Amino acid sequence: MTVEDEIEIMGQRLNDKIRNIFGRSLHIREVDAGSCNACEVEVNALSNPIYDIERFGLHIVASPRHADMLLVTGPVTRNMELALLKTYNATPSPKLVAAMGSCACNGGIFGDTYASCGGVDKIIPVDVYIPGCPPRPQAVIFGLMVALDKLEQKIRKKEV
Amino acid sequence: MNSIESIKKEFNTNVLEVSTSHNETYLTVKKELIVKMCDYIYHHLNLPIVCIFATDERKIDGSFKIHYVFSEVKDDAFIILRISIDEENPKYPSITNKIASANWYEREIQDMFGLVPQGHPDPRRLMNFEDWPAGVHPLRKDFDIKTKPPRVDGEYIYRRVEGEGVYEIPVGPVHAGVIEPGHFRFSVAGEPIINLEIRHFYTHKGVEKLFENISIDKAVFLAERISGDNSVAHAVTFCQAMEKIAGLNIPPRANHIRTILLELERIYNHIADIAGIATDVAFSFGAAHANKLKEDVLQLNERVTGSRLLRGMNTIGGVRRDIGGRKDEILLSLSIIQRDFRKLMEHLSSTPSLMDRIETTGRIYNDIAKGLHVVGPVGRASGIDRDMRRGHPYAAYKEFNFKVIVSKAGDVHARTIVRADEVCESVGLIEQALWSLPEGDLRVKVDKIPDGHALGICEAPRGETIYWIRTSGNKIERCKVRDPSFCNWLSIEYAVLDNIVPDFPIINKSLSLSYSGNDM
Ligand code: SF4
Repeated sequence: MTVEDEIEIMGQRLNDKIRNIFGRSLHIREVDAGSCNACEVEVNALSNPIYDIERFGLHIVASPRHADMLLVTGPVTRNMELALLKTYNATPSPKLVAAMGSCACNGGIFGDTYASCGGVDKIIPVDVYIPGCPPRPQAVIFGLMVALDKLEQKIRKKEV
Repeated sequence: MNSIESIKKEFNTNVLEVSTSHNETYLTVKKELIVKMCDYIYHHLNLPIVCIFATDERKIDGSFKIHYVFSEVKDDAFIILRISIDEENPKYPSITNKIASANWYEREIQDMFGLVPQGHPDPRRLMNFEDWPAGVHPLRKDFDIKTKPPRVDGEYIYRRVEGEGVYEIPVGPVHAGVIEPGHFRFSVAGEPIINLEIRHFYTHKGVEKLFENISIDKAVFLAERISGDNSVAHAVTFCQAMEKIAGLNIPPRANHIRTILLELERIYNHIADIAGIATDVAFSFGAAHANKLKEDVLQLNERVTGSRLLRGMNTIGGVRRDIGGRKDEILLSLSIIQRDFRKLMEHLSSTPSLMDRIETTGRIYNDIAKGLHVVGPVGRASGIDRDMRRGHPYAAYKEFNFKVIVSKAGDVHARTIVRADEVCESVGLIEQALWSLPEGDLRVKVDKIPDGHALGICEAPRGETIYWIRTSGNKIERCKVRDPSFCNWLSIEYAVLDNIVPDFPIINKSLSLSYSGNDM
C-alpha cells in the first residue's frame, strides 16, 4: 500500500469521527514547548499535498482561541512553561491536548533537568500521547483519532 | 611566515605556552592582552573568529579557561587562544567592541559560567531568563544538572525607540504559524520597521550540560536532536570530534555514505526554505509544489535509511547501515526530483508577484555579514565566499568536484538562488559519491575513547557547525556546540531595517534560522 492509500483510508475514518463528535471540523493549535524542531517538520508535512489533512476537516489554526485541541511538542522547557500554561488557559473548553513526540510524552532524551520540566503532563493535563522521535505523519493522524475517541467517551459520561 | 609565527613574533613573551594537537594550535596568553591579540589575528591576519567558549578547570588548576577559536582555511588549521581566569576574580576584558561577532558568546559565558566580560556594550542576560536567580551558573562543575533553581522576580529591559508615531509590536514566543518559539519586538513608524530586537533562548534545554551527564554512545543521539532538521550535520560533527580524539581513521565507504547523507539533508532543507518563501508571499501553487518535492526527499530518506530525517545512521567510527544496495533507487529518485525542482525554479522566477516581493527585500550588506560572521548560504548570498566542505574538508568532500555558490546582492532573492543552485550541486555530489562508492567496512570498532580534546567542524545546511569536545575517563567532560544559527540570528535585526512589517516573515524564512540549535 502506498503512503497515499494509507492516508486516504485513515483520513476518511478520521473525518467520520470529527463529523460525529464536532459536527464540523477539528481546529488544532500547535505549540512548540521546546522541541528540537523535527516534530515541527512532521506537523508541517501534514499540510503538504501528500497528506493534506485539511481535506479531512483538520485545520491548523493561528491562535489557541480558535482551537479545539492543542498539539504540543518538545519537553517543556523552563523558559516555555509559562507560555504553555497561558496558551492552555486561552483555549476554550472542551479542549483536548495531544503530546506529540517522545519529548512531549516524558521529556525524552532531554529528561528532567534544570532547563527542562520533562513531559507536557507535568504542566497541563494530556489526553493522548503520540510516541516517536519524531512520529511519522501517519502516527500523528492515528493519535488524533485516539484523542477523538477519548473525547467521545468523555461526552458520553457527561464529563464535559 | 605562517600565522603562528607572526603571532609569536608580534607578542613573543606574552605567549605563555604553545601546544599543538592535530590541526589545532593552542596558545595560552595573558588575559590582559586578549583584546590586542584577538584584534591582531582578526584584523591583521584576517582570520574569522568561529567560536568562543569557556571550560571549568577548577578541579585541575583552580581556574576557568576561555578559548577563542580562529579558523584559517588556507592551511585547514585552527588557532586557539586560551586565557585563564581565577575563581576569586571572575572577570576578563570583553573583545566585543573590537569584534562584533563575539557579542553573544561573551554573554553566554557570563550566564553559563559567571565570568564577566568587562566593557561589554550590552551585558544583559542571554540564556538565563530574568526569573533565574543571580549567581547560579549551570555549566559550572559544581552545579548539579537536576537542580531546579527557584523563580525570582526580575525584568528584561528591551531597547526602546521613542518618538512621534513610533509603535512597538511584540510577537511571540508562541507564533501564529507552526514554527519554533522566540520573541520579536518591533518598533515601527507606520509600516516600515525602524528597529527590531530579538529575544530567544525559550527552547534552552541544557544540552551542553546533558552531554556531561550521559554515556558516550548515547551522546550521538543527543547531537542529532539539537537542531532536528540538521540531524546528520550535528551527528557527523560530533562524531568527527570524537574520532579525532581517538585517532580513528574512518573507512572510505563510511565517509562516502556520510557525504551522501549530508547532501540529502541539505537538499530537503533548502527545498523546505524555498517552499517557506513561496508560502509567505502567498504563492500557493509554488509552495504546494515545493512541499511535495520536500516530501519526496523525506520519503526517499525513509526508504534508504529507515528515517525520514536520516537519524540513527551515524556512530563514532563510521555509519551503522549500508545504503550502497539502494544506489539505483537513489539515483533515479534524485534525477526525477532534480528535474521537477528545475521546473519549479523556472516557474518561481517567472512569477512577477513573487519576484516583486523578494528582490531587494531583507538586504544584509557584506560588511554587516562579515562583522557578525554570518555563515552558510545566508553568508554566501552576501558575498562571503566560505564553505567548510572546501575550507576544512571532512568526510569525502576532498575527492569530489562541486561549486561554492556565492552571490553579492544579499537580499531574499539572492538567498533563494544560492540555495537553489546548491541543491543542484548536492545532487551532483551524491551522484559522484555513489558512482565511486568504495568497497569495505562501514565502521571501525571503538571500545573506549582516550582522554583528549578536539574540534569537529561541518557545513550543515544552515552553515558551519562546530563542536569542541574534551573527554576524560571515557566520559564527556565538556562539549561545546556552536550551531550556525547562533552566528546568524543577529543579522535579522539588520536585514529587516527599512523593510515593511508584512515582509518580515519572508525575510525570516529566507534566513532559515533554527531556534533550538541556537538556544540549546
Ligand atoms: S520527540 Fe524527537 S523529534 Fe520531537 S522534539 Fe523531541 S527530540 Fe525532537
